[in-house]
Amino acid sequence: MRSKRDQSFVFWLFLAPVLFAFLMVLVIPFLLGVYYSFTSWSSDARDLSGLHFRGISNYVDSLKDPSFLYSFLITSGYTLVNMVVINVVSFGLALLVTSKMKGRNFFRAGFFVPNLIGGLILGYVWQFIFNSAIPELGTFLGIKAWADPNNLMLAKSYPALVAIVIAGTWQYAGYIMMIYVAAIENVPVELHEAAQIDGAGPFRRLIAITLPMASQAFTITLFLTLVNSFKQFDVNISLTAGGPSTIFMGKPIFGTELLAMNIYNTAFRSDNLAEGQARAVIFFVVLALIATMQVYANKKREIEL
Amino acid sequence: MKRNRDNGLFLLLIGLLLFVVFFFPFWMVLINSAKGPFEITNDPLALPTNWGELFGNIAKIWTSPNIQYQSSFFSSIIITAGSLLLLNVLSAQAAWALVRTHSRSSTLIFTAFVAAMVIPFQIVMFPLLSWFRTVTDFTGIRLLRSFQGILLAYVGFGMSQSIFMFHGFIKSIPLELEEAATIDGCSRAEIFWRIVFPILKPIQATVLVLNGIWIWNDYLLPLLVLGKGNEIMTIPLAISNFAGAYVKQWDLIMTAILMAMVPVVIFFLIAQKSIIKGMVAGSIK
Repeated sequence: MRSKRDQSFVFWLFLAPVLFAFLMVLVIPFLLGVYYSFTSWSSDARDLSGLHFRGISNYVDSLKDPSFLYSFLITSGYTLVNMVVINVVSFGLALLVTSKMKGRNFFRAGFFVPNLIGGLILGYVWQFIFNSAIPELGTFLGIKAWADPNNLMLAKSYPALVAIVIAGTWQYAGYIMMIYVAAIENVPVELHEAAQIDGAGPFRRLIAITLPMASQAFTITLFLTLVNSFKQFDVNISLTAGGPSTIFMGKPIFGTELLAMNIYNTAFRSDNLAEGQARAVIFFVVLALIATMQVYANKKREIEL
Repeated sequence: MKRNRDNGLFLLLIGLLLFVVFFFPFWMVLINSAKGPFEITNDPLALPTNWGELFGNIAKIWTSPNIQYQSSFFSSIIITAGSLLLLNVLSAQAAWALVRTHSRSSTLIFTAFVAAMVIPFQIVMFPLLSWFRTVTDFTGIRLLRSFQGILLAYVGFGMSQSIFMFHGFIKSIPLELEEAATIDGCSRAEIFWRIVFPILKPIQATVLVLNGIWIWNDYLLPLLVLGKGNEIMTIPLAISNFAGAYVKQWDLIMTAILMAMVPVVIFFLIAQKSIIKGMVAGSIK
């Protein structure tokens, strides 16, 4: 009897700190956030007394705003391209560092290191590379297109988005590579040997053995790259800061403002907390939907294989 | 046989080429940290004329009142170390309580924690600020622009994944070990601290690495919770304040970035194996 009471006491005692943090940081702000998105919440009317209910007008205004629609479009495009590029590069790197090459461990570590550098810091490094190093390199190598100041990648919207993909790939590829490495090394050697005896070449073995055996890794890597690309903020801030400007639906807007940054700017730069919050809710719903759909589709594919 | 060796050489060449590409940004940071403002604009690719300038630049960053690198460095250490300590201990004990108690509330709480992992920071970040402000108004405990506030935030945002990882690991520990200790007269709390917690070492390493890299590099949460122009800044905040200024002093920005990178890279060289293992394990949650 004593031990049972003791057990229940220790249970709540041990859980109390995390439950407290959970409520304070996630549950209460989440509920407040959903509520605020239907109100006139602003920096002037912060306390509950000044709020009045506005229905879904924050959502309607968001969906009518060209800058939000544009952010949505480029974020979708960016996410798609980023997913493909990172996964292709990472899988290539993984094949390379699991082959019988010399110094594989050295290369693994080398490709992994950029992942330890925060997105904010590496964005500045790449800003310097695109604005100063590439033109200089162009002059040095005699590549006119690189040396021409009109061709700076960060000067036009779409090239600047590609620049974010490059910086993001540099940061993330080594990490995804490691997940593929673990999967490839888990493939039994006997399978490859048997296939080799049957006359299968390296490419055939890649298609018929390595890829299917690594299918669980694909579920993880696609999920991770999808979610992380969709949430991209740090590199966006430091590499392009949303610029350069462009015209969309007849309105001048930021040309590389991804969704996370659009949410932030709506709330603070345009001083419209309620609408920023409504956009954050939309962001959450879309993210949750695509993530669930993707995991579901991948699980199904895994079973079929 | 010959073909095999050619293949090996070919792969090594590709590897080296890719390595040069991957290493290039680090190289740029390193050589440009040892240049002055004119040298860096005139010749960003060349080797510095005087490597001694590197130390001059480091001294400038370390002491400059504009950047406040020194205090940011110590604040970053306090925030990262404090959050890690709290996350490690609190998540471990919570996970153990959840695994070893079979009740409806324990299942419910665990499900809620796991579900919370899909919540992106964006949806809670604005209300978090106003909620922290409200709490301060009522209790007088300062949560915004303070160490206790950001520690609480990191425990809240890091706990779900940490508990999930501890939970999986604790399930694999045989119950007999704890039963034997009960017979020997240990209380529940003693069992956790003396028997279970030491066994958790490998998974603790994973949790520390994952959270450590995230918190050390994090930008958006400190930007919101600590704010701009605060006494307490983290290194990413300090660098963004300095680099975001209108006149870009690239030579000093590069030095500041170099100084931010070096501790992380040293840490990586020391604990390379557990970092890679930890980060890969963390992905397969």
